[in-house]
Amino acid sequence: MIEGMIEILPVAWLEYGFMRNALIAVLLICPLFGMMGTMVVDNRMAFFSDALGHSVLTGIALGVILGLSDPLAAMIAFSLLMAVGIIQVKRSGTSSTDTIIGVFASTAVALGIVILSRGGGFAKYSRYLIGDILSIQVDELYLLALVFAGLILFWLFFFNQMVILSVNSSLAQSRGINIQRMELSFAMVLALVVSISIQWVGILIISSLLVLPAAAARNVAANMHQYHTLSVAFSIIAGLTGLILSYYWGTATGATIVLCAAAIFFLTFLSRQYGGAWGS
Amino acid sequence: MAGEFSGDRVHNACGLCCTKIQNFTVQRGDQLILDKINLHIHCGELTAIIGPNGAGKSTLLKAIIGEIPHYGKLSYLDASGTDLTTPIIGYVPQRLMFDPGSPMSVLDLFASCTQKRPLWLGTERKTAVQARRQLQLVQAEHLINRRLGNLSGGELQRVMLALALNPIPDLLLLDEPVSGFDQRGLVLFYQLVSDLRYQYDMSIILVSHDLELIARHADRIVYLNKTIQAEGTPYEVFRSPFVIEMFGQVSLDGIPDRSLPLGQKGGGQ
Repeated sequence: MIEGMIEILPVAWLEYGFMRNALIAVLLICPLFGMMGTMVVDNRMAFFSDALGHSVLTGIALGVILGLSDPLAAMIAFSLLMAVGIIQVKRSGTSSTDTIIGVFASTAVALGIVILSRGGGFAKYSRYLIGDILSIQVDELYLLALVFAGLILFWLFFFNQMVILSVNSSLAQSRGINIQRMELSFAMVLALVVSISIQWVGILIISSLLVLPAAAARNVAANMHQYHTLSVAFSIIAGLTGLILSYYWGTATGATIVLCAAAIFFLTFLSRQYGGAWGS
Repeated sequence: MAGEFSGDRVHNACGLCCTKIQNFTVQRGDQLILDKINLHIHCGELTAIIGPNGAGKSTLLKAIIGEIPHYGKLSYLDASGTDLTTPIIGYVPQRLMFDPGSPMSVLDLFASCTQKRPLWLGTERKTAVQARRQLQLVQAEHLINRRLGNLSGGELQRVMLALALNPIPDLLLLDEPVSGFDQRGLVLFYQLVSDLRYQYDMSIILVSHDLELIARHADRIVYLNKTIQAEGTPYEVFRSPFVIEMFGQVSLDGIPDRSLPLGQKGGGQ
């Protein structure tokens, strides 16, 4: 079946095992990011997710100091810590959210670079900056699948609450939602997803991959159902197109996917300017 | 009318149920925002809160819904004197924080509050029927499929009011719900809120700057500035020299003086 398809379609790239793995990875990561993106954009957390991505450098550095062969555990732990830290400081209400996130993100980046560049060895970590989806291993695919299943569960139970929270926190409170717990849970889920997927997506582009599909979907959706569906669809389309193009162009996959997502954004933007929302 | 609402609880017009706010105190840092506020609000009563900016009016409402930590006690006693630990509270915020680019529709807003099915899997037919019925209460059923970001200020507040009425609350809180209304919209909105009180016998607390309109519609006026400075019927409050000095003369023409017959001065029970 697959052999037959390979002969008919221009899918020579599927002959390589690493490309098949990358394809599966794209089919897991892209819907994941398309889903999360809707709430990241609605709750104005684009900058927050960017900061989480940057903080991963410090997580890697911690892993190196602790002598871990795979720094993933340290990355996850530090990312969660960052998320909790930002939310707590934000709650104290002393500075604007942007300032607080900026302070945390730059501190984490600087700390990470300082530790990792000791003795001039930063180059070997630069793959985290642009990500390398082609290097993904089968057991890592299982990890991604697990995260994906986890997010679906979270989305089943808490999506509506997050939507109310994005409209007005007092309204959410009056509806019996524990707004602090909700805010913290989503921040932690985001931290988890970002820290796990960052080695394949890349620190520099992770927030673009979160924001662009949702922003494109906003241009044309008439309600939340369409918004969410289109965001996931755009993310998958950008992912598949980007993966294939990067194979033929020999470019970094993550960035190529982001470019495709950006192209979709501009197309939907034009469509809205000249046509209005699709669903109404 | 009440029978149309499935699962809603509507109590009898008794005037006996009572929301008691006892010793509400809110502190931010070492600054006292609210100091020992005591209010008794009976069902079927519209209480308007007035006061300068920064007087703690919104803070009081947010303390009542539990968003802002506070000292003191909120209790809701039903007609038989039983303390309902969790009265149903409807809340209409001063303004929404959603960004106008969000594709959320009016129906989505209702669905996010009332249906179990996650919104990303779509809205249930039942939700749409219910939302349309709620919107009819505020003459806004035609807005059901509009994006929230495309509504005018007045339309949005009517939608928020319809949402706050589902389920029918024991206590309805409105935080300056009419900022940005034109005069006609303002009069209609007050008429609507005023009618709700009689129709569903709910207690309403309304934060407002529209003195002439609340003089006409409110049963009681509370002048709040960190503490309660004055409270009573519109006649009592707006005739007090102290209030006149602060807010100027408010016309009470054609408004019946209800200070005496109701005999609910002080709100005690």
